Amino acid sequence: MTGDPSLVFVLAAALLAAASGLPGLFMRRDSPWSQRIATALMALAGALGVWGALRGIFEPASISCELPWRAVGGSLLGLDPLSAFFLVPVFLVGALASIYGLGYWPQARNARTARRLQLFFGLLVAAMALLLVARQALAFLAGWEAMALAAFFLVGLEDERAESRRAGMVFLLAAHASTLVLFGLFLLWRQLTGSFELEAFYGSLGGASVGCLLFLGLVGFGLKAGIMPLHFWLPGAHAAAPSHVSALLSGVVLKMGIYGLLRLAFLLPAAPTAWGGAVLALGSISGLLGVAFALAQHDIKKLLAYHSVENIGIILMGLGVALSGRSTGRPALLALGLAGCLLHVWNHGLFKSLLFLGSGSVVRATGTRAIDRLGGLGRRMPWTAALFLAGAVAICGLPPLNGFVSEFLIYLGLFKGLLAGSSTAALAAPVLAMIGALALACFAKAAGTAFLGEPRSPEAEGARESPVSMLLPMMILGALCAFIGLAPLLLAPVLDSVGSSLGDPLLGSTGVGSLAPLGTLGAASAAALAIAVALALAFSRKIRGARLGPTWDCGYARPEARMQYSSSSFARGMAGMFGWALRLPKEPRKLKGAYPEPARLETEAGDAVLDGALEPAFRGLERLSRFLHRFQQGLAQKYLLYILIALALLAIASLPLDRILGRAAGG
Amino acid sequence: MLAFLVHAGILLALPPLLPGIISKTKALAAGRRGAPLLQGYRDIAKLLRKSLVLSGTTGWVFVAGPIVGAAAVALAGFLIPLGPSPAPLAFAGDMLLFAYLFGLARFFAIVAALDTGSAFEGMGSSREAFFACLTEPAILLAFLALSKRSLSLSLSGMLGAAGGWASTGSIAGAAPFVLVCLGLFVVLLAETCRLPVDDPTTHLELTMIHEAMVLDHGGPLLALVEYSSAMKLLVLESLLARLVLPLVSLPAWLGCCLSAAVALALSAAIGVLESGMARLKMRRVPYLLTGAILLCGSSFILMGAAA
Repeated sequence: MTGDPSLVFVLAAALLAAASGLPGLFMRRDSPWSQRIATALMALAGALGVWGALRGIFEPASISCELPWRAVGGSLLGLDPLSAFFLVPVFLVGALASIYGLGYWPQARNARTARRLQLFFGLLVAAMALLLVARQALAFLAGWEAMALAAFFLVGLEDERAESRRAGMVFLLAAHASTLVLFGLFLLWRQLTGSFELEAFYGSLGGASVGCLLFLGLVGFGLKAGIMPLHFWLPGAHAAAPSHVSALLSGVVLKMGIYGLLRLAFLLPAAPTAWGGAVLALGSISGLLGVAFALAQHDIKKLLAYHSVENIGIILMGLGVALSGRSTGRPALLALGLAGCLLHVWNHGLFKSLLFLGSGSVVRATGTRAIDRLGGLGRRMPWTAALFLAGAVAICGLPPLNGFVSEFLIYLGLFKGLLAGSSTAALAAPVLAMIGALALACFAKAAGTAFLGEPRSPEAEGARESPVSMLLPMMILGALCAFIGLAPLLLAPVLDSVGSSLGDPLLGSTGVGSLAPLGTLGAASAAALAIAVALALAFSRKIRGARLGPTWDCGYARPEARMQYSSSSFARGMAGMFGWALRLPKEPRKLKGAYPEPARLETEAGDAVLDGALEPAFRGLERLSRFLHRFQQGLAQKYLLYILIALALLAIASLPLDRILGRAAGG
Repeated sequence: MLAFLVHAGILLALPPLLPGIISKTKALAAGRRGAPLLQGYRDIAKLLRKSLVLSGTTGWVFVAGPIVGAAAVALAGFLIPLGPSPAPLAFAGDMLLFAYLFGLARFFAIVAALDTGSAFEGMGSSREAFFACLTEPAILLAFLALSKRSLSLSLSGMLGAAGGWASTGSIAGAAPFVLVCLGLFVVLLAETCRLPVDDPTTHLELTMIHEAMVLDHGGPLLALVEYSSAMKLLVLESLLARLVLPLVSLPAWLGCCLSAAVALALSAAIGVLESGMARLKMRRVPYLLTGAILLCGSSFILMGAAA
């Protein structure tokens, strides 16, 4: 062990997290203490881990831990600023989600599943910590696989529901496809570099080898991150898991794929120029289609899950800018793209967790995830509504909050690239603008339909505000969103430290703080906020003296809650624009005659990849297998028949046929 | 300091005049005498004096809509250079803040509309959100084109002398500017809810966009809504004005006044346009806006860097 104790903090935190669910196993299944102990351990792990990781970001050199493992050799674990950067959300969101779980998934009411949840939740956090501090491919893969398995048990937690079982199975398949590709990746790595150690390799690697490694990485890590055609497992899994688990899955676990890609890209020498463009294009597609799919969802958690695909797309766009800057030798592009990519990793971790926790509160209060059955929750759950709305503003990338800062950095990278001569890449800027406008529409729809207006169902009518233990984690996340949005300059040293640790000579001198006007941006956001507050104060007397009346509904005598615009109708026009990509349900039959047939209208789109391509493919495979199944049914008679046929064939084959035939011909 | 005061003065005092000019032009074109030019100021003053009636369905979001909208548009107004000198708030990438401030205003306008629970307001807000998905890329493409020309990352540089007509000698060199101006003009019409996208004077709620979203706002809040939508008109008009005006060597205050005058002239032009055409079918609006994207995109392709 050398250097700073940050790694010790992180490892201790990981061990605490891994052990957090264990005491519960020795207690009665409905004892509230097992959950309290687990949450206390997770909170402690969170505090230790965030502290250690924040220290680790500012350690210039990587800290490593030599463990004697002769079979693989070299240092096994280590902490450098990049690992530390990704460790911060792991521990932060892990601890906050665990605290949220006290109210959301109380042991007393979920005796059957709560202990299992706590065990695998802790293991998931610990597995992520392991893969982030791994300095060696086998340790990395061990962490990766542990993460996949722990997440599988969490996704399929409510195994009495068919939806959860299916989501869990699809998740497991996707996770293992990803692991398989990573096996290939690391074997190739071993072949090319001669060791399993994840050390920067600047030896003689040809363009083809780099391309091959990057392609395997893009598939393997992309499956985990949920890049567009490989996202098929994500919406189901994130919707089926309990909401605080979804927060961790969506806010943090997806980022492990991004971590893998970033790590791999910077372990290798600069990739051929086309790679930057390819990653940028992939990011644009993920972003645009992710948000289009989200618009056509009316299940609040599926909607949020598709938005993760969108945000992973935005993160990839940043990575694409960085990679093209790296391969063309432009430090400004590399620094801005990388900063945007990294900052969006944190930002998405914060606001997506906030939104999933908010949706969890809605589900707990109303028992439904269908947005079109909600409404009017803002009056019944004012804190949750305000925090959800803040998360919505943040995820749309709107100014006073954090989403704007990271998107701004990516935009600025694209514009700088344009000035340096890459016009084609700059076309990603209008795509990003469209993503932003669609996200705005989608979250105005979700927040507006769920929290505003009048309740559309008795469940929504009877909703109650969540307890403080659920509100507090959301408040912390919301406050962090506001903090990054209003004081982005304070983040510049963090981003610079991570950037310069990647060892690219281009990144040595230029800091993000000098490339982007982060201070001015924060001041402008603060100014917008100040003007709004001033206006609100100016109008406060009038507002307090307001009389109340009914909503003016253009002359309807008896307006009713069901007349309100629903989430389906809100999204209709925009979803139609993407009809070529979405699997929109067919229009209902026209009602004809005096006694028309019953008709129903569905407006929720299925997943084009899962329902459109993978399911039919696997059905085909199943049909083929079923055909083959006819020959192998476990019936001894049939097997005896096969043996008989085989013997007969052998006997015929061993007959001296040519001689028999010759003799017959000769005779 | 004088330039800043002139800027702030124009930005804050001028807006209610613009809808007045538009409606006066329309009235004259229709052979009517029309409301006085300063009617906008009187309306706002009257609305501000009134007390407030709120729907029992609404909460703080409904009130926040106009307030955040006004704040965002006002801040965006300080990012636009009116005179020859840079805007009061100018930095690398300020065009992105400009575009996203309008996004912020739109988000709050939409959620405020949805807060009333009225189907008509939902309809209006859905359309607003839809059409914004097409205007946003057009705006960004226009900024890309201008940035490519002026090699600048700030609105003040893009709209400054280097980006104007004056610096291109030839007709071929001016073509991209014509295209981007046309594209931005369509965006302006859509963003400020003018014909042929939206008819602000129609009496049928079913066909409205912006007016349907503010059906429930009354009194001081309506004053704020009217004021900030007029200010949005002014801001976008002065963006266009600044784009077509070669203000090379004028004193700052004169430049400001000149672009304000062009903005007023543009309002009259909008009035003429509105007198001459009907609102497009709602289904057709996306085609118009896609046209704006194509105009700005072609401009981006054709635009060459300044020598």
